[in-house]
Amino acid sequence: MTPYIPLFVIGGYLIGLLILGLVSNMFFRGTSGDYFVASRSIGPFMLLMSVFGTTMTAFALVGSTGKAYTTGIGVYGLMASWSGLIHSACFFLVGIKLWAIGKRYGYTTQCQFFRDRFESPALGYMLFPVLVALIIPYLLIGLLGAGAVVRGLTIKMFPHVFASTNGAIPPWLTGLVVCGVVLTYVFVGGVRSTAWANTFQTLVFMLTGVIAFFMIAKALGGPSAATRIVGEHSDKHSLLMRNGHIGRWQFFTYLFVPLSVGMFPHLFQHWLTARSAKTFRLTVIFHPICIMIVWVPCILIGVWAAGKGLVPPPGANQNAILGVAVKRLVASPWLAGLLTAGILAAIMSSLDSQFMCVGSMFTNDIAIRLCGSQSLSDRQKLNLARGFVVFVVIVTYLISLVTTKHIFDLAVWCFSGYAALFPIVLAAVYWKRATGSAVITAVSVTVVVWAFLFKQSGYGGEYLLFSHWFDKTDGIMPVAVITMACFLTLVVVSWMTSPPSAQTVSKFFPDFKKEQATNQ
Amino acid sequence: MNPPNQAAKFIWLLAVVLFVLHQDYWWWSDQSIVFGFLPIGLAYHAIYSLLAAVLWALAVKFVWPTAWETWADEKDQERPRH
Repeated sequence: MTPYIPLFVIGGYLIGLLILGLVSNMFFRGTSGDYFVASRSIGPFMLLMSVFGTTMTAFALVGSTGKAYTTGIGVYGLMASWSGLIHSACFFLVGIKLWAIGKRYGYTTQCQFFRDRFESPALGYMLFPVLVALIIPYLLIGLLGAGAVVRGLTIKMFPHVFASTNGAIPPWLTGLVVCGVVLTYVFVGGVRSTAWANTFQTLVFMLTGVIAFFMIAKALGGPSAATRIVGEHSDKHSLLMRNGHIGRWQFFTYLFVPLSVGMFPHLFQHWLTARSAKTFRLTVIFHPICIMIVWVPCILIGVWAAGKGLVPPPGANQNAILGVAVKRLVASPWLAGLLTAGILAAIMSSLDSQFMCVGSMFTNDIAIRLCGSQSLSDRQKLNLARGFVVFVVIVTYLISLVTTKHIFDLAVWCFSGYAALFPIVLAAVYWKRATGSAVITAVSVTVVVWAFLFKQSGYGGEYLLFSHWFDKTDGIMPVAVITMACFLTLVVVSWMTSPPSAQTVSKFFPDFKKEQATNQ
Repeated sequence: MNPPNQAAKFIWLLAVVLFVLHQDYWWWSDQSIVFGFLPIGLAYHAIYSLLAAVLWALAVKFVWPTAWETWADEKDQERPRH
């Protein structure tokens, strides 16, 4: 019985999540507006938790631990500390303006906003497939992470049933269960259910992450002893510094990656759920601290696992190292189950928002545009959203069965795509002169450059540009080049084309002094 | 945004300083341990995250986009009451 306790704990957690979804359904008002943006009623704490939970996916827990296992402590500076500064900057400088414009004009998705702002119906149809195509690797990260962690935890648990995975639950089964649970609570309550589940799951994974840190440290003789083991290891001591693992230009140009939060469609939707602009305050301030609470323990666990000599199970890669560390170093099966549930919580708290937003985009940006809002009932709109989500999940699930990429590197490619489009959203709210033709050209250039470099990387591997200018471990992150290509195209083509109409400019760039004078 | 005042200039200056401080060349090859278990390169960036929170707290306090907030909330006032 004892070996299966972790699975019972995980099963209990998943059932609890389904119950939470059903309870949130009692608050569901039955309208598409409530389903897609929770009637813009989400408060400060829930916004912080849902935005943070959404941005911290398998990438943050499973990916960061796996990357630190091979690359060392510098992984924190690459992503976490840049994200603390830049994510909050995006929330503050872009998010609040988008919330205000979204509330004022009733937008639900990014495409609706961009279509009106840049006076181009074609832009919406063009952006939709790009945003959905980029979200697929993001979903994939979640499924790969969940599969890897459960596999690491359940090695030799079912030797007769799953002989090919050394008795571990295979990733295809974990992926199936995780997708089923998330789809259920998303379908039941929409974005409100998602925000509730995110809040709950974010608290769970932050708490269990800290518990995992202390349990693993204790098993290694305390934090000091655990770090000392790494320092005394002849091959692994260099993981305690950056030299030899991360190049200086690589470290610097990683700053472009966190710009992706400005273009994540699921985050855009979460911003729109905010009750008021003040709701953002907690998120803007505490997001960097939440990142630190989650990332520092994960980085240390990855480095300690390397020092201790833990290795991924046969056939698995570094993605599985967190699951292995929990299984090998946490003595209590109850705690091992709880910690794994916490890791799954982090993964599911992103998947749900992504499922939700994919459905919203399809309904609002494609179905309603083509069929007309009046010809579809609210129920039909919801069913269309749900149908498209199922389609995207099936596609992602099938890809997850054949891919073996490292979560961290795959995530960076996904984020790079969104980050490269950041100049568009920045221009939308700060540059009156930006034009629709320029945005269409910039998106096209971004897609071409991203696809070319993605291919060059071996379809999702770690890849640096201009390495021949530097030493062998250094180079420029592809995201820097793709973002600059988008930015330059946007600026040059905007100047070459006719400016937006005065009506559009006044709609999206209100003259507050004039409005104040009119009101008086 | 409102015309930049002294507080706003100070906050954006802080943001630039923090941006530059991210590139801590001086710890690149340093394996020193602080607090008994934390490699110095990691400790520095953990503190960096805390400083980022302080920066954004100052931004929220002194350069909050009140005009945008009011503009968005006018929508509620325009909405007919039932």
